[in-house]
This record gives sequence, structure tokens and C-alpha cells, in this order.
Amino acid sequence: MAQITDTKRLLTTAKAISEAIAQEMERDPNVFVMGEDIGAYGGIFGATDGLLAKFGPDRVMDTPISETAFIGAAVGAALQGMRPIAELMFVDFFGVCMDQIYNHMAKIHYESGGNLKVPVVITTAIGGGYGDGAQHSQTLYGVFAHLPGMKVVIPSTPYDAKGLMTAAIRDDNPVVYMFHKGIMGLGWMTPNSRATDHVPEEAYTVPIGKADVKRPGRDLTIVTLSLMVHRALDAADALAQEGIEAEVLDLRGLVPLDRDAIAESVRRTRRLLVVDEDYRSFGMSGEVITAAIEAAFDYLDAPPARLAYPDTPIPYSRPLEQFCLPNPDTIAAAARQLVGR
Amino acid sequence: MPTDDELRELHRQMVRARVFEETIQKAYLEGKTPAFDIAAGPVPGEMHLAAGQEPVAAGVCAHLRTSDAVTASHRPHHVALAHGMDMSKLAAEIFGKDTGLGHGKGGHMHLFDAETNFGCSGIIAEGMPTAVGAALAFKKQGRDDVAVSFFGEGAANQGAFHESINLAALWQLPVVFVCEDNTWAISVPKDKATAIPNNSDRAAAYGIPGALVADNDVVAVFEAAGEAIARARRGDGPSLIEVQTDRLLGHFEGDPQVYRPAEELEKLQARDAIRRFEEQLVAKDVMTTDETAGVWAAARAEVDEAIEFARTSPYPEPASALDHVFA
Repeated sequence: MAQITDTKRLLTTAKAISEAIAQEMERDPNVFVMGEDIGAYGGIFGATDGLLAKFGPDRVMDTPISETAFIGAAVGAALQGMRPIAELMFVDFFGVCMDQIYNHMAKIHYESGGNLKVPVVITTAIGGGYGDGAQHSQTLYGVFAHLPGMKVVIPSTPYDAKGLMTAAIRDDNPVVYMFHKGIMGLGWMTPNSRATDHVPEEAYTVPIGKADVKRPGRDLTIVTLSLMVHRALDAADALAQEGIEAEVLDLRGLVPLDRDAIAESVRRTRRLLVVDEDYRSFGMSGEVITAAIEAAFDYLDAPPARLAYPDTPIPYSRPLEQFCLPNPDTIAAAARQLVGR
Repeated sequence: MPTDDELRELHRQMVRARVFEETIQKAYLEGKTPAFDIAAGPVPGEMHLAAGQEPVAAGVCAHLRTSDAVTASHRPHHVALAHGMDMSKLAAEIFGKDTGLGHGKGGHMHLFDAETNFGCSGIIAEGMPTAVGAALAFKKQGRDDVAVSFFGEGAANQGAFHESINLAALWQLPVVFVCEDNTWAISVPKDKATAIPNNSDRAAAYGIPGALVADNDVVAVFEAAGEAIARARRGDGPSLIEVQTDRLLGHFEGDPQVYRPAEELEKLQARDAIRRFEEQLVAKDVMTTDETAGVWAAARAEVDEAIEFARTSPYPEPASALDHVFA
């Protein structure tokens, strides 16, 4: 802990994201932000906090509740050389505007044979655990990752959040940037000590598509992302008390998927547990396990395991929702089972 | 009123589109007889032709420059050509060739051309939001370019239509919405799908001008579009134009049109807008019959060259299907 000195700033994830956007807006006049309640409110989850005061309403544009129009407008503006950031307040709302996202934003570069670029960033809030019910608690990153043509970035820490946002804005491709409400460091969410951390003041990038070992370990690899990284780290702390050293690999996004990092880690630890807040079937957990089997089957000492959200809509009542979500205890239990203890 | 030169150009653009599409229609049917197989022949897939709708494209695009953004629908050829798209690259894309606009990755409903700032969408009404975005960019960039979005009357019942017009009106963006009302949304006529007779009236709901061009007349389209585009270009915001145009063919090639009375088609063919316009030009001594015939011959030669280019161009390497997912 010697690194922590008074000279290093502590930022919440939300502040880290808005700082990255502000720095890119200063650097590049083509960058602007659109979305619902992203101006005076600063974004419902704080991702655009302070931007309106700094840049004014021409570059920080509150929109009507009209996602098809403004996300489509982001695509159209990007085709004319702008670099829009459009916020989809909750990822659960994609149903009202998905055509612009997957049929236009994600396909125009391809359909044009590479002649046109669509540098749009869509920011969107994901995740549950706070009793918001079936239409405001989903993660859904597997849906976006399944559809070709858009990068999918999902940070878990303030440091990664800033660097990945900077990288996303500078990327010439469409990027869906998903932040979990539980990692933003919001005063009105359940406190999360990992949602505040040291963040350099200067602009920097974290490469899109590179996983990060958040905790090294020798006995098993826990592959996960977003808030589940925090849960897995808590589980790893508990497991360490029992002599089980779990490696926690944070994917930091799904597209491109860092298959090499998955394979490299699994070759060392010989055991894989995937922890996924998205629905269990046809999604991230299956893809990560496939990546491990394709590249490192002979190294595996046990069948890969997964702990994911069951294939059910997300219930409202606390005991129902908490039953469904992976947590440090269930992660630790799955890890023990995997290592045979 | 358009000048005589402008009248001749309107005529030329309509003829080019008609000859191009008649030629595409023949090529499309190659390999598809006697049994119609949509996947067979040099031009597979769906084919939506715009015969009868040429006045809309010609009349509107006459006021545009290539830096103006245009989005069209699943029926885009007449608009693309009127906006100046290279006919050879268009033909090659339709034939799926490597020399096409998108190296064969787009096809006839997904044409994107950086040179003429042209795009289209095969999804009804979903080309409209990107036009709004282009107009937003022009305003931010201080350009006096405008965006024009073409769509059918069926699109006017989609959410994207209303969302796009609201946003454009709210932000006073330089965009012109052009509704090509050909009466038919595939097989469902407008009066069975739309609660009011004229979509141009819907402009009032968003506080913008709405113009109705009632008889598929290219000069009337030219004049309505000229006003709307000038208005957008000088920063006075969006407009909606509805043109009651004619669909002389099926929704797509191979459409048996069992839903459409045979006499309607005869009536529409009898009032073919290009022939009607040509008669007016001759009557007003703007063109002689020799000159109009020359325009058809020149279009024939241009189209033949474009189709020859498309036919003789190589297909893309199969594995290039995997390229251009990301920049």
C-alpha cells in the first residue's frame, strides 16, 4: 500500500469517465455528447457530470426521450466526421432503438466495403442487485457482443474506466461502453470501496480488447468482468484464508475478446470458473469456456465451471434477486468445488 | 419555374434512372426462369425497382450538390443516380462485384458512397435518423450543406419517422424529409394503413412546413423541393414533402401483385410521368422529339457501359467476406 500518497487523486468511476470525456472534448472539437438527462443532471449515473458547465449546451446536448432519433443521429453525425458519444440511459432500453445500433451503427462500415467509418461511442448503464426489477437491471452485454461490428467495453475500476473511455472515443469503430451502476461510486447506491481509486490526472488509454489480471493466483482462474470482478476479488480474499489462490482475470470487455489471456491463465492454473452477471445461456460464460477449451483443453484438470444469472427475468423482491445473482459466497463455493476442496 | 436547361436535366435524370432499372430488371431475371429462384442468376436477392417514381428523385436532387447528404430506402437506385452516384460502381455493387461501391458487401438495398455522401437503409424509416444526424453535423461544422431523407408512405407510420421529424424540428436542423407515396406498402394500400389521407399534414404536428405534390409531376416536385432545400440551407429548419407518385412495378421483382387491380396498373402506365413530361417539353419547344430520342440513346449507351463494367468485373475474393468488420 506504499503507493498511496496524498499526491494521488481518488476518483469515483463516474468522475473518471466524465473526466475522460472532458479531456477528449478539449482535445478534439468533433467530440460531443448527446443523451437523456446528460446535461444539467450530469447523467443519471454521473457519467457526464460537470460537462455541461464546461462545454455548454451545443456540445452537451440533452435529448428528448427518443433513442431511435438521437442514436441514429449520432450515427449520421459520425458519418460526416463528428465523434459523437450517445448515452442510452439503461441498456434495458435498447429495445426501442436497436435497429440504429445493430443494423446501422454496426454495419455501415462493412456494407460500405470499408469506405465509411462510424466512430460512435454509446455509453450505457448495466446491472442490477438494487431492486430495480426486470426492465432496469439487466446487463445484456452478451447480446451486443453477439452482433458483429461494434466493440464492447466493460470496465470494472475507475482507472480502467477512464483509460477505456479515452480509447473508445479515439477509436474509429463503434464502441458500446457499458458501466455497471454498482461500480460508479454513486452516493445513492450500496457503498463499494472498489468504486473509488487512484486515477491519473493526465489523459491515457487502456487498450480495448486486453484483459487484465486483477489478482494473480495459481489454483484456478476466475474469468469475469464489471461488478463481478469486485465480487470475485472478495471471494478470492476468502479463499486465500483457506490456502486457495484464485487468479481473477478481468476481461474489461467482450469485443474483441482477449482469448489469449484466457488461455494463458488457464494453462497456468489448469482450472476455470466463469462468473457472469448476464443470462447464463448463449452468452459470455459459454464463449469464455469455449475459448479455454479450444486453446487449452489438454491443460485442464477439471471441466470448466460457470456461475451466471439464471435464464429467468430479473425479479424485484430482494431475496429473489439476491438468490439469482452470483456473490462472493457462491463464487467461493464454486471455486472450492472446482479445486476439490 | 425551372429554366429550360433545368427542364432538360430533369428529363435526362429520369430517363437515366428508367433505362438503368429496365436493364437491371432484365439482368435480374436471367437464371430465374422458368422457375423463379431468388438466389439464382447474376443478380440475386430482392430487387426493388422505382419505375414511375423518377420524378421524385430528379426533382429533389436537382437542388443538391454532392456534399449534401442523402439517405434513401430499400428502393434507392433512382435517388442514387439523380444525386450523382457513379453508375458503374452502382451496377457493379448490384452484381456483387469487387469494383462495386462496397466491394459487394452491401448490395442493392445497402448502398453507401462517400463521394456523393449517399447512404440507404433497407429498414423502413430507419434511414431518417441518420439524415438528422448528418444535418446536426452540418450545423455543428458550420457547413451550409443539407440532408435529404427519402422514404415511402409506409414509413410514415413508423416511430423513426416521428422521432426524426421531432428532433429535426426541435433542433432546427437543415434536413428535408421526402415521402415517396406510391400508395402501396408492399400489398397494403395507404388508406388501409394510415389514419389520415396525407402524410404532409403530419408536418403540422411538429411545427414545420408540409407540402403535398399531388400528381407525380417533376416540375411540381422541383419547385416544392427547391423551396424546402433553400429554407434548410439558409438555416430555417426542416420541411416535409409528400409526393403522390406511381409504382409501375411490383413491390419487388417476382411480386405477383394479386392484391392490385389490373386496371390500376393500366391507368398508371397510361400516365407515365416521363412520357407525360416529354410531351410537355416538346409542346413547349424546350426539346424536339429528336432531342428526347437522343437522351434515351445516350442513357442507353451509358447504362450499357455500366452494365458491361459490372458483368466483366471480378467477384471479390471469397475470404474478403471477413474484412471490414472493423476499421
